Amino acid sequence: MYVAVKGGEQAIDNAHRLLAKKRRGDTDRPALEVAQIRQQLPLAVARVMSEGSLYDEELAALAIKQAAGDLLEAIFLLRAYRTTLPRFAASVPLDTGRMQLSRRISATFKDLPGGQLLGPTFDYTHRLLDFALLAEGEPAATPAESAAPASLEPCPRVLEMLGREGLMTPERDEGAAVPDMTREPLEFPASRAQRLQALARGDEGFLLALGYSTQRGYGRNHPFAGEIRIGEVEVWLETPELDFAVPLGDIEVTECEMINQFVGHTPDQAQFTRGYGLAFGYAERKAMGMALVDRALRAGEYGEEVQGPAQQEEFVLMHCDNVEAGGFVSHLKLPHYVDFQAELELIRKMRQPAQDATPTEPAPLEENRA
Amino acid sequence: MNAAQPLSQAHVEVDAPLLQVSGLTRLYGPDTGCQDVSFELYPGEVLGIVGESGSGKSTLLGLLSGRCPPDRGSVAYRDHHGQWLDLYSASEAERRTLLRTEWGFVEQHARDGLRMGVSAGANIGERLMAQGVRHYGRLREAGLEWLRQVEIDPARIDDVPSTFSGGMQQRLQIARNLVSGPRLVFMDEPTGGLDVSVQARLLDLLRGLVRELNLAVVIVTHDLAVARLLADRLMVMRRSRVVETGLTDQVLDDPQHAYTQLLVSSVLQP
Amino acid sequence: MTALHSQAPAGETGGEYAFAYLDEQTKRMIRRGLLKAVAIPGYQVPFGGREMPLPYGWGTGGMQVTAAILGGDDVLKVIDQGADDTTNAVSIRRFFSRTAGVATTTRTPEATVIQTRHRVPETPLSNDQILVFQVPIPEPLRFIEPAETETRTMHALRDYGIMHVKLYEDIATFGHIATAYAYPVTVDDRYVMDPSPIPKFDNPKLDMNPALMLFGAGREKRLYAVPPYTRVVSLDFEDHPFAVQRWTECCAVCGSRDSFLDELIVDDAGTKRFVCSDTDYCRQRQQETGQ
Repeated sequence: MYVAVKGGEQAIDNAHRLLAKKRRGDTDRPALEVAQIRQQLPLAVARVMSEGSLYDEELAALAIKQAAGDLLEAIFLLRAYRTTLPRFAASVPLDTGRMQLSRRISATFKDLPGGQLLGPTFDYTHRLLDFALLAEGEPAATPAESAAPASLEPCPRVLEMLGREGLMTPERDEGAAVPDMTREPLEFPASRAQRLQALARGDEGFLLALGYSTQRGYGRNHPFAGEIRIGEVEVWLETPELDFAVPLGDIEVTECEMINQFVGHTPDQAQFTRGYGLAFGYAERKAMGMALVDRALRAGEYGEEVQGPAQQEEFVLMHCDNVEAGGFVSHLKLPHYVDFQAELELIRKMRQPAQDATPTEPAPLEENRA
Repeated sequence: MNAAQPLSQAHVEVDAPLLQVSGLTRLYGPDTGCQDVSFELYPGEVLGIVGESGSGKSTLLGLLSGRCPPDRGSVAYRDHHGQWLDLYSASEAERRTLLRTEWGFVEQHARDGLRMGVSAGANIGERLMAQGVRHYGRLREAGLEWLRQVEIDPARIDDVPSTFSGGMQQRLQIARNLVSGPRLVFMDEPTGGLDVSVQARLLDLLRGLVRELNLAVVIVTHDLAVARLLADRLMVMRRSRVVETGLTDQVLDDPQHAYTQLLVSSVLQP
Repeated sequence: MTALHSQAPAGETGGEYAFAYLDEQTKRMIRRGLLKAVAIPGYQVPFGGREMPLPYGWGTGGMQVTAAILGGDDVLKVIDQGADDTTNAVSIRRFFSRTAGVATTTRTPEATVIQTRHRVPETPLSNDQILVFQVPIPEPLRFIEPAETETRTMHALRDYGIMHVKLYEDIATFGHIATAYAYPVTVDDRYVMDPSPIPKFDNPKLDMNPALMLFGAGREKRLYAVPPYTRVVSLDFEDHPFAVQRWTECCAVCGSRDSFLDELIVDDAGTKRFVCSDTDYCRQRQQETGQ
C-alpha cells in the first residue's frame, strides 16, 4: 500500500534549521555584525529601506543579515514588520530645497547657483576589481585622510529656477489627504500621489528596465537629467497638540527631477514637463528609473498616445512591487496536485475521443451534475 | 441569423429619421476637430463623409458612434421600439447595449475590430453571446451562414483571423458586426489599406449587403470613388467644418464649394 | 528614527502578537468588507490588504479573512489540495495556533472555520461552518481583459458575452469546454465569479451550500462571498452542459467512488494509483469500513 508523503511539520522545522546553518556559513569565521552591514553595505541598506518603505537603517541591516544577503527577502521582512506598526501621521512635505547636499549634479546647466558637486559616486570609477580589498587591507587612499569635506550649502532646485521663468508646467498641491496604498487598495485610474508612492516602493530593476524602454522608443519622453541631489533633509511633523511643526530628525534621500518634452496647444504656451523620483538613502539608479516612469505615466494627463508598457498605469503599478511579484511567482512551488489532476483528466479525455476505457487505464467519464 | 430576429423587425417607420445630429462640436484646437455639424439620417440611407486627412471626419465619426463625448451638441437615435435616445445623456450601459446590438462599427484596420486570438466563428458569435444566446449549435449555424454571406469559405470557421488575408479579415469584421442585425453601421475607411482589386470586391459586397439588409450607414472615406459607389448623400468636410452637403451625384458632378471643386478635380474622372 | 523598535514582534511566543496577528482596526476593516461581500454575492470588494509575514500567493488573502473572523472559541481546519498535512497547510495552521491560540482540527465536521486552497471538502458542510478560500486571481475576466478599469465596467454592466466566447472557442478547438479548474460561475443570477482554482468537480458543491463561503485575494486585494443557500451556476451552453470529472477507478485506500482523486505514480514503470485528495474524508471512510 502506497502512503502519500506526510510529515510536513518535521520537514518545515528541518528546513528552518538548514537555512540557519546556510546563513551562518563557516562558524570559524566571526559572525557578521548588523552594524557592519549598516556601515559597509549602505547602498544595500538604502534599497531595502526604499522598497521596504521604512526608514530604519538598523532594521534594514538586520533584515539583510537575516535574509543571508537576499535583498528582496530583506525587503519582504521589513515590509512584514512595517505592516504591524501604527500610523501616527503624515509628515509635512520634505523641503529638498533645504537639503544638506552630499552630491548634486545637473546635466542641463554647466554652472548654476550652488554649483555642481560630484560627491561619492561610482560614476567615473574604472570598473577594475580592487585586489587590495581582497587582501582585506584598506585601499591606498583611506577615506578619512584624502576626501575633502564634500558638502554644499542648501541651494534652490534647478527646476524651480526654470519654473520661475514659466518654462516648467507647474505641479499643484491639491491639498488632498496623503493616500496610503498600504491601507487603502489602489483603484484605477490612480492619483499621481498614489502612483509616486507605488513607484517609490517599486522594484529598482523593474523601474530601471521600464525607464530604459522609454529611452529606446516605447513611450519616448525626451528626458534630461535636470537635477539629481543626494543628502540629508529634515522631516517635520505637525501635531494636533501644537500649532506649529516640529522636526523629527534627518533622513538621507536621493531626488531626481527629469526635464521632459514640452507640451502646450500653442507655441507661446509651450512648457517642459517633469518626471519625479525620490528614494531613501543613496539610490540614484532607483530615483532616475522612477522619474522616467513617472513621466511616462503622465501620458494621459498630457494627452499623449499610450504606446509603451511604461505608459500603462495598471500594467506598471500592478507589477512593480517585488514582494507581490516574488510571492506569486514562488507560489508555483506550492502543490498544485488538484488543478493538475483536473488538467490531466481533461487532456487525456481530449486525446481519446469516444474510445472505450481499457480496464487498466482509468478513463474518466463525464456526468452531469450541475 | 435566427438569433437576431427580434432586432430585424426594425424597419417600420421609414419616413422618420434614425439619427438626429445637431450642433455637434468637439475641438482640440482652433479648426482642429469638428464643429457645428447637424444632419438627419434615415433608415436604409448611406451617408458618406469625405475630406482630406485632418479635416475632422474621424472625430465626427467618434462623436456620432458614442466613443467620445462632444464639447456641445447632441446625437439622438431612434431605437427599434421607436423611442428616441439621447446618446450622451444615456447611461454607459445603454450606449454599450446599442453598440453591440442595433449598431455596428467597422474599423479601418480589421485587427482593431476583430478578436485576433479567437476563431472566425467565435468572432461572429460574440454579439449573439452577449445578447444571451447559449446554444453552441445555433452559434455555429450563424457563423457558417455569415461566412457564406461575406464570401468566406465556411470551412475556415475555426481558423483565427491572423491566417486570413487583409480583405478576408475586413469581410469577417463586417460579418461580426452584421450578425446582430444592426440598423445603423459606422465605417471608418473600410477599404483603406487594401489592394485595388480587393477593394472592388469588398465594395461590391458592402453595396449588396447594405441594400439587402436596408442598413443605414455612415461611412468616412477620403476616396471619392468609394463614396460614389456606396453613398446616397455626401458631407464634405474641411478644417473641422462641413462645407457642402447634397446627393452624391450632385456633389460630385456639380460641386458648389471651391474646396469640393478642388477635391473632385484632383481625382481622375472615370 | 529608530524609536519604534519596542513594537517589534519578539520571537516565537504568541503573547507579543495581536490576537490572530492583525490589529483590531484592520480586522474591523476586513469584516466590513466581508459584510459588503455577503450583501452583494459574487461582487469583488476592494480592501486594504495588509502585508502578511507569509509571501503573497501563499494564502495571505485567506489568512486575512480567517484572522478577521476567528474568535477564541473557534476550531480551525486548514487544508491545501484537500489535505491537512501538506506543508503550506501545516504552516498556516501553525501560524494561527501560535498567534490566536485557537483549537485546530483535521476533522471537517468538527471545524467551525475551514481555510482551504484549491478544494471544497467532500464532507457536506453545515450552516454553522465558514469556508475560507485562498484566491490567486479573483477576476474571472482577467485572462480575456487584462485592464481592471474595463473589467469593473463589464461587471457593472453585466457585459459577460466574452466569457462564452472563451467556452465557444474551447468547444470549437477541443470538442469540450477545456476549463478543468477555476471554472467560472454565475452567483445569484448576477455576478460572474471565479470560484478560485478548485477543480470543476467542486463547483456543484458551491450551489445552495448551507455554509458561508468567503474568498480572500491578498495580492490583488479583493474580498468576495457566496452566502449560505445561494444559487451558483457554472457557465455552459444548452447543448454542451457543464459536467464534472469522474474516474472509473475508486480510491485505493478507502474505496470511494465519489470523491476527487489524486493520481500517484508508484513505481518506475509508471504504475498509477488513485487516492482521495480529501485526506479527512478518506480517513472517515476507512474508519467506517473498519480498515
